[in-house]
Amino acid sequence: MNNNKTLNEIKSNRNEEKTVKCDVALNINIDDKYIRKTVPNIPDISEGTLLRHYTNLSRKNYALSTTMYPLGSCTMKHNPLVNEKIAKFDGFSEVHPYQSEETMQGSLEVMYELQESLSEISGMDYFTLQPAAGAHGEYTGLLIISKYFKSRNEKRTKIIVPDSAHGTNPASAALAGFEIISVKSDEHGIVSPENLKQVLSSDVAAMMMTVPNTLGVFEKNIKEITELMHDNGSLMYYDGANLNAVMGILRPADIGFDVMHINLHKTFSTPHGGGGPGSGPVGVKAFLKEFLPSPFVVKDGEKFKFHFNDKEKSVGQMKAFYGNFPVILKACAYIKSLGANGLKKASEQAVVNANYILSKLKDRIKIPAGNFCMHEFAMSLKGALGGGVRTLDAAKRLLDNGYYAPTIYFPLIVEEAMMIEPTETESKQTLDEFIGTLINIFEESKTNPDVVHNAPVNTSVKRLNEVEAARKPKLRW
Amino acid sequence: MNYIPVSGSDKKEMLESIGVKDTEELLSLQIPEVLRAKKLNLPEALSEQELMSLFKSYAQKNKSDMICFAGAGIYDHFVPAVVDEIVGRSEFWTAYTPYQAEASQGTLQAVFEYQSIICELTGLDCSNASMYDGATAAAEAVILAVRTSKKNKVIISKALNPEYVSVIETYTKNLNTEIIKLDIDDKTGAVSKDTLNNIIDENVAALVVQSPNFFGNIEDMQTLAEIAKSKKALFISVVNLVSLGLLKTPGEYGADIAVGEGQPFGNRMYMGGSTFGFMAVKKALEWKMPGRIVGQTVDKDGKRGFVLTLQSREQHIRREKATSNICTNAALNSFAACVYAAYLGKSGIRELAEANISKARYAFDVITKIKGFEPLFKDGVFFNEFVLKTDKDIKKINEELLKENILGPVDLSGFSFNCGGKYNNCLMFAVTEKRTKSDIDKLAEILTKI
Repeated sequence: MNNNKTLNEIKSNRNEEKTVKCDVALNINIDDKYIRKTVPNIPDISEGTLLRHYTNLSRKNYALSTTMYPLGSCTMKHNPLVNEKIAKFDGFSEVHPYQSEETMQGSLEVMYELQESLSEISGMDYFTLQPAAGAHGEYTGLLIISKYFKSRNEKRTKIIVPDSAHGTNPASAALAGFEIISVKSDEHGIVSPENLKQVLSSDVAAMMMTVPNTLGVFEKNIKEITELMHDNGSLMYYDGANLNAVMGILRPADIGFDVMHINLHKTFSTPHGGGGPGSGPVGVKAFLKEFLPSPFVVKDGEKFKFHFNDKEKSVGQMKAFYGNFPVILKACAYIKSLGANGLKKASEQAVVNANYILSKLKDRIKIPAGNFCMHEFAMSLKGALGGGVRTLDAAKRLLDNGYYAPTIYFPLIVEEAMMIEPTETESKQTLDEFIGTLINIFEESKTNPDVVHNAPVNTSVKRLNEVEAARKPKLRW
Repeated sequence: MNYIPVSGSDKKEMLESIGVKDTEELLSLQIPEVLRAKKLNLPEALSEQELMSLFKSYAQKNKSDMICFAGAGIYDHFVPAVVDEIVGRSEFWTAYTPYQAEASQGTLQAVFEYQSIICELTGLDCSNASMYDGATAAAEAVILAVRTSKKNKVIISKALNPEYVSVIETYTKNLNTEIIKLDIDDKTGAVSKDTLNNIIDENVAALVVQSPNFFGNIEDMQTLAEIAKSKKALFISVVNLVSLGLLKTPGEYGADIAVGEGQPFGNRMYMGGSTFGFMAVKKALEWKMPGRIVGQTVDKDGKRGFVLTLQSREQHIRREKATSNICTNAALNSFAACVYAAYLGKSGIRELAEANISKARYAFDVITKIKGFEPLFKDGVFFNEFVLKTDKDIKKINEELLKENILGPVDLSGFSFNCGGKYNNCLMFAVTEKRTKSDIDKLAEILTKI
């Protein structure tokens, strides 16, 4: 059976009269100038055919439910099933955004509970749940910073971003109208106060930092950095991409950050969905509350209601309505499942798992920073591989062995980088097997490099030609 | 429940290999003591069973699953079982962004099919893999137009969804863009070409018009697109996928960009999120598009496969010079729309549009026969939503309807565009294929009694 068709290659095979019935008289007379003349090329196929088509497609995916996903900076942890089940309740899904507040008290309470929990976990005073993803949260946070300085009539036009930062940091800052200044990491992969001083000036609005950073290294100068920035009148932005390393261990607000976002689809276990939906709540210290986007949920006696910030002060609205509710709900459920101790335990185990892999590999690979890491580490495979094999090849060979491949060539400051974040939801047995596989690939690269060069061969397709895809884009059937 | 599969003895072995005596030592080697947090003040862990009951109790505090006549951007459409089954497969929902193409052919082909479906529906050449929602898709389209044209004025219709207007204002505030709002005609509830001709000039980067517009009325998009083109402004059309089974497509009337809210296709309302936004453009703009795009290619044996492509537009490559900062999008929601469109097929897509307009017209006919309800726009041509003016007490109407488990029409008096009170006493009714004749008759019966 040919399971390699695209949808349009399946022949129409439905013989029922109608898919959508209409129990009133058809009344579609309309001026011809408004009418569609072309027919969309989408076949009419039966439910059975449809089910087979997409079930077969699903089998061409690696997923968290089938394998380990050691993706650095992505926190691909197990997505609890009970959260999925809860999110499907009609009581949540069949609610219209313009219903009155009295008729959606349950949803508002869930939002309020999450706002409060995130405040406790991060130390920030107020949260908005409106941003739809991490980058959207960054953008929101930067607009808040921009509005804050405008309200003080201070002209600050620059944002400092370490060279190890995620690409979304500079992209979000640019969208918010800022100029980006890059600060170099030192030989330990962290920001040094000396390097920072060289780029600091009176027109710097803020600095964005990921702590621990994308190398999995804790920024040990953080106290000095935040003091330096605050003395300069600038604010500190915490990119929460790596919050999974520090729940219950440290709180961004306590160590000097003023604004932050959290990726619920990373730290708080909501599924990635093949690329989304996510959710990127933004937390701020009290002095920035009035700049938050509207609305957020407040408790008024026993009732929950939306609070709208003063229009002139607020950054405005970041998306339609209130936020990605099912994602918010799953994160809220996750926090309640784990409780205070469980959250801390999760972060601790994430750190232990990453260090365990590191301990088994460190004799073979180059680590830019130290012998220990937080929840992830970036390594250079330059010395570990032979036979002209590159990190990309090693990653593809991992696919042959049934693993999703780790993030590669990031952070940009590590040569032939591979970045591993196992998360706390992998067992020692799984980690041991993964370590064994990696070591085997290192050996293979020296003894049988062609096998690695040619990888993958066990996937539904072999190495794909990305250059050709971009040169002659075919983006639709 | 903490989902950690590591036993005490395993952990001990791991710590030995690391060379520390406990987790505390491992942390204190890296984080100075003064920075450490005290114990979090959060409730203790719940079991799965406790969690279920707690969230059931939250769900019960909502009034849900009503007979819904509210719309205004989010609509109550039917979602078939096959959508839940396919989207509910863990191989899709637990997968990551498909950066490793060979291990992600399921997701990648699904996105390719989604892009193709969006192109088929809108009549345009290229679609991206999705945006957060309709409002942010519209804002990104405006930014695309401003950056591409190097002009900074944008005209938006006053009949554009107010949530979108507000998000466009947020997105453009720091980018030196001037937003000009275009009045609509009181009789048709749509943009008039004369009003447009009076304000458009060669300095305009883009014209943004929604059809069916916020008030449900169909715009003469062809004429508006021609005017925009004559002034070298890009024409951005905001459309509802459901209407495209019947109404002229953005491609047919010459739009440069089509965006919109995808929720009506295969996604439940969830208080307005998560949904997804779609964006399709003419070929000439494909390299300007924000967000991920999937393309077809071949593997080393010449076999067809799919990859993320045109990536040099994106933030992980271009950093601050990227076309957008978007990374995570709304993949699973757009996948639901893809499966839903495949469930309908070309015939079902047409039937869906026909059922929506027919039922809305039926509802319009029965309600306007009731004393005290008049159409606000006498010459408007609507699709599945319409505005009536009433001399009855709106609060009372919606209270009475609620008693009968009906979510009534949206009250327009509270919206920001109602300065001056033009929309006081106005109700907007949305009627989808999900409303039966008896639902509509029941609504009319209650309205008659008030």
